Amino acid sequence: MTNAIPLEAVLVVAAALFCIGLFGALSRRNLVGVLMGVELMLNAVNINLVAIWRYLEPGFITGQTFAIFVITVAAAEAAVGLAMIIAVYRGWLTVNADKVDSLKG
Amino acid sequence: MPTVIQIVFGLISALIIGAAMMVVLARNVIHAALWLIACFFGVGALYLLLEAEFLAVVQVLIYVGAISILILFAIMLTRELEGARQLARGWRLWLGGAICALLFAGVLVPTLAGHPWNVPPPLGPAGTPEVVIGAADLGRGFVFQYLLQFQVAGVLLTVALIGAIVIAYEERGRRRRVLTLAEEHELRKRQEPATAEPPAGD
Repeated sequence: MTNAIPLEAVLVVAAALFCIGLFGALSRRNLVGVLMGVELMLNAVNINLVAIWRYLEPGFITGQTFAIFVITVAAAEAAVGLAMIIAVYRGWLTVNADKVDSLKG
Repeated sequence: MPTVIQIVFGLISALIIGAAMMVVLARNVIHAALWLIACFFGVGALYLLLEAEFLAVVQVLIYVGAISILILFAIMLTRELEGARQLARGWRLWLGGAICALLFAGVLVPTLAGHPWNVPPPLGPAGTPEVVIGAADLGRGFVFQYLLQFQVAGVLLTVALIGAIVIAYEERGRRRRVLTLAEEHELRKRQEPATAEPPAGD
């Protein structure tokens, strides 16, 4: 595995996934779409962690443990974020991020 | 054997990147969520290729099983009636695209390509097979080395779930009644004659 694919190839895939997720988070107007972009970015970070664990330190558990903690925090973030989206929808009857602008000066 | 692995890696990468593009660009939010599931599956397959079997199972369980269902539920509960455009318009779209393209092509790829990674050779010094930790080592790590972090993660999950319930809770007095499908049809049928004449012979 490690001599068939260079480490850079895996990291470039993760970088591309991160940039696509960032684009989604920046340009989507639906709040759920923004959250989906954030999930893509978290997945890209996890691919990075696992790839560097596999290629550089395959005998230590730290890399995979960190990835599992990232997944845990991502699950918590998704639960709270979606609850907030539902609360916003109750108040504004919209999930368009541009219309939720009561803090705009 | 290396060629097979390279082909599999290429297919998985194409799945991940293509599905992620569809997540970002799809007009319909539900389609975007379904593409997100495909992307999560691709990432899980990549974990499997990287010999992180436990993480692949965790990915399928948590992302494919839980988070995507949560996202689909949120889409269902916050259904917007008017078909809004999903992407930002004009300069914001171009600015976002330019930032991401510049980050990818100008910062990340040159950094990754230019960094000396010093990947150790796959075989050990005496020709022994490579030591790759498995799920048993991970479990041992969680109850010995990372016990405190494990407990803190549990507390974090509890707090987050209680917080999610508190944020999304609606008091009984303010709760709007959700119409069933039959009632909605009834309402629409009652509203239709008032707004437009029904077609003849119906």
